[in-house]
Amino acid sequence: MLKALHQRLRQGHRTFAYPRRWPELPERFRGLPAIDASRCPEGCRDCAAACPTEAITVESSTVRLDLGRCLFCGECAAACPEGAVGYTSEFRLAARRREDLLLIGGGAPARATALDERLRRIFGRSLRLRQVSAGGCNGCEVEVNVLNTVVFDLARFGIQFVASPRHADGLLITGPVTQGMREALRLAYQAVPAPKLVIAVGACAISGGPYVDHPEATNGAESTVPVDLFVPGCPPHPWTILDGLLRLLGRVGD
Amino acid sequence: MIGGSELAALRPGERHALAALPRLSIERFRAATLEAVQAGARIGALFAKPLGDRCELFCVLLDGASGRFRVGVCEVARAYPALTPDCPQAHLFEREIAEQAGVEPLSHPWLKPVRLRTVDDAGFAPFRMDGESVHEVAVGPIHAGVIEPGHFRFQCHGERVFHLEIALGYQHRGVERALVGGPTKRTLPLIETLAGDTSVGHTVAYSQAIEALSGRPAPPRAEALRAVALELERMANHVGDLGALSGDVGYLPAAAFCGRLRGEFLNLTALVCGSRLGRGWIRPGGVAFDAEPARAAGIRERMREALRDFHGARDLLRNTSTVRARFEETGVLARETCEQLGIVGLPARAAGLERDARHEFPSGAYHLDRIPLATWTGGDVFARARVRWMEVDHSAAYVADRLCALPQGPVRAERGPLAPQSIAVSVVEGWRGEICHVALTDDAGRLGAYKVVDPSFHNWTALALAMRDQAISDFPLCNKSFNLSYCGFDL
Repeated sequence: MLKALHQRLRQGHRTFAYPRRWPELPERFRGLPAIDASRCPEGCRDCAAACPTEAITVESSTVRLDLGRCLFCGECAAACPEGAVGYTSEFRLAARRREDLLLIGGGAPARATALDERLRRIFGRSLRLRQVSAGGCNGCEVEVNVLNTVVFDLARFGIQFVASPRHADGLLITGPVTQGMREALRLAYQAVPAPKLVIAVGACAISGGPYVDHPEATNGAESTVPVDLFVPGCPPHPWTILDGLLRLLGRVGD
Repeated sequence: MIGGSELAALRPGERHALAALPRLSIERFRAATLEAVQAGARIGALFAKPLGDRCELFCVLLDGASGRFRVGVCEVARAYPALTPDCPQAHLFEREIAEQAGVEPLSHPWLKPVRLRTVDDAGFAPFRMDGESVHEVAVGPIHAGVIEPGHFRFQCHGERVFHLEIALGYQHRGVERALVGGPTKRTLPLIETLAGDTSVGHTVAYSQAIEALSGRPAPPRAEALRAVALELERMANHVGDLGALSGDVGYLPAAAFCGRLRGEFLNLTALVCGSRLGRGWIRPGGVAFDAEPARAAGIRERMREALRDFHGARDLLRNTSTVRARFEETGVLARETCEQLGIVGLPARAAGLERDARHEFPSGAYHLDRIPLATWTGGDVFARARVRWMEVDHSAAYVADRLCALPQGPVRAERGPLAPQSIAVSVVEGWRGEICHVALTDDAGRLGAYKVVDPSFHNWTALALAMRDQAISDFPLCNKSFNLSYCGFDL
């Protein structure tokens, strides 16, 4: 017992004071992609051609980026002959509507807005989520799980993961929703009492990710259930997920 | 030279012309495979490739004694005499062959589908026991935690588990099918998400197969960085697992410490490549991100701190009698079972087997650098925990050393075209165990078939056997002590 206490003192207080403080991200962290279309050579489509998930399209020198498809893999930046594609450290990427993730000619997505007054009153200080992995590779799952560690300490915001959909206020879905998981996901959604929320975490759950248009999967959560919050990334950084959840609950504003 | 002398022998990193592989009759194919397994080799991959209305069976045997892969090919029609009755470690491979290629391995005891989700329709309702006080507990596919889906059925007598049947396939997303015809720009993301917690392991295996097929190895500096990446991935996952094991026995101090420290190790990987899971770091031909001296020094410094805190947590775990009481003699997996079923990686080492691809089939930097082999005896949860903390120390010492003395030179070589009509095998010791990739090219030098064998493919059966005669309440603990991948199995 004394040894445990001694170790506790030595390891110290580790919870990071988000949102009061800005999280530390590594120098090479790939956050929001930045494409400087003014430097695009005439007719160049190299970034679009290199993108594994067709997240980038170029039409008459307008570059469109679908953050919901983006894997943040860096292939576009490597392919650009002008060095006009890069990544910023912007990690606040979650959006309320799928179309908010479509960025035309650069810029940042419209950050997730809070739930309406009624839902905020219900969920704002206590949100119970049931996580459903539906074809997720365990990348998003581990980054969601990390929110329970002392660094992120999700419970201090009143958000918790629970074991049963019947105890939950909503689902947090990862993976492209495989055919094998579609029925289980549908049943889990039905089992959540209304009003209920759905949060899609990761490129797979938003758009199918690398599995887009695979017959074995269904291009993400919206194939099966309505979605209230989209958190892009492959996988999203835990700060991106936490930021999205807090914005949804109106606990963080701009 | 061990048995199976009729088979072709490949070294790690070598390619072999498909036309030069010995084509065996099914009798000789079976005999050669059985002989090699008898002599100590294990089946790394066994799969069918369609050929008109017939099939080619490929068997890749991993012969640890000689460090060679032995490959045999055999053409079969709709059925062939199964290997499983004589060689239990073929059981799941042959079930997969029946499901994927429609070829029936005759006299296979249990051809239950591997990933098909219409199990009941196919006449393979779950195994069932009847009797007084016998009851069944069905769990999943959605589990209680933040974890991937799978279905478990326990046949119990009171608290005691007679049998656990594991039904997977819920995560099947058609990866192997999508890899055929590649490499395309979609290939690497598919490989990196084969098992998302083993992105580095699978991407190294894929890159080595591609480099063998193109005849252009990665430069030495890239090979050293790949080994660093693999060991960082191993440390992060082992530390996380030790935390989860503590949580499952209700010892929360170590659970909290290790939960945080897992993140610290993931952050070390992100210092090099920007991604905590190593996405984007490993690429065919080398690596996409270098660790320059200042960066390498920063990683060493932060790793030293994380390791010090990990040792504190580990000592709590090791010296707390209530933890040991729950770990010891729980979920025992016998050494003989591991040998018969071809169990790989950490659970095999915890049962006393010296099974580690870094030693048996060294590739890349492991040719020169030997990380001590960690084994323990007993095959219980304690042994699996103990091997984990031994490996964390070994990996940390290696990473610290290697980062001090990275070979000079480029980190990436130009990738050449793949040789047509060839085969290459790569085996990498991921944190769960050996990852085996087999790549076959077609006439045009595209991937004609790509077989992925995640360590979980072998080891789910080990979990089922370790649960026999255990209390059902110990399932979470046993399960976590293996911590197998669902998507790595389901593909």
